[in-house]
Amino acid sequence: MAEHSKRFPVQHIIGFVLSIVLTVLAAWAALGSDLPVKWIIAGIMTLAVIQVGIQLFMFMHMTERESGGGHVPWNMMFHGFVLAAIIVAGSLFTMSFGFTHDHDDGGNHQQEEQQEEHSGH
Amino acid sequence: MSAHEMKSGPLEYRTQEGQLSILGFWIFLAAEIVLFSTLFATYAVLFGRTADAPTPGELFEIKTVLIMTFLLLTSSFTCGIAIHQMRRGSVKGLITWLIITLVLGIGFLGFEIYEFIHYAHEGATLQSSAFWSAFFTLAGTHGLHVTLGIGWAVLLLIQLAKRGLTPVTSRKTFIISLYWHFLDVVWIFIFTSVYLIGMVV
Repeated sequence: MAEHSKRFPVQHIIGFVLSIVLTVLAAWAALGSDLPVKWIIAGIMTLAVIQVGIQLFMFMHMTERESGGGHVPWNMMFHGFVLAAIIVAGSLFTMSFGFTHDHDDGGNHQQEEQQEEHSGH
Repeated sequence: MSAHEMKSGPLEYRTQEGQLSILGFWIFLAAEIVLFSTLFATYAVLFGRTADAPTPGELFEIKTVLIMTFLLLTSSFTCGIAIHQMRRGSVKGLITWLIITLVLGIGFLGFEIYEFIHYAHEGATLQSSAFWSAFFTLAGTHGLHVTLGIGWAVLLLIQLAKRGLTPVTSRKTFIISLYWHFLDVVWIFIFTSVYLIGMVV
């Protein structure tokens, strides 16, 4: 592989610049934009997934030939993230979905009203 | 089989032991993803349950969080450069970039400790509400991983200085680089789903 003799780690620099840009973009989307809350959450989560992809493919040598073309890393990361998604989504589904928990205090109630106001924009 | 050694390719992959260790570490990372996913799930379920404690929107500061994120992103990048140097066969380059990585990691930890102390002063501790328990457990587990990573890398640096680049030390260095990048992967999700969403909602 030509990579070993390369003096300048181009891929790393591209990955680094991209991840900085994506971080700033996510921070702006969350705090500087007027998008509805649901769109912001969907948008920044997508940006996070792209950033993770950058780490895995550009920094962690996931697909290089020596690791069997990335067969094992792919398997591990894929199944790890699928399990993670099931655990998080499943927990939210069973514990929070369609359930407003405003019986405990006024603070929450206010928060939810604010959220509704936000998404009304 | 284990005595079989290849003559080309990166040093860390040349022995079968090296290849298997790296494979094993990917399995470990998959388990780590699942470990953190349970903490994320707990956090997501308990989101908003702040009781009488301050809300995340009141305490989270974008400035501190962005500094922490940039520190960790940069350290992940310099760690990548360290491996690049290692594959070029430069022990000096590898050690230099690893030390830069560690300094950035220590900077990150410093900010995190400062942040936790600040929250505690404002009345948000592990005991104050379900939400803050989940928050400190999630962020604290990540911080603990960073701390362990720093200790591990310091030990490895000593070994590198003493023994130079061998199939064994380069395998160890490659594995710690995977670990370090992985910490960044977890942090990206904490940054997005804890801090940004906590400030938006």
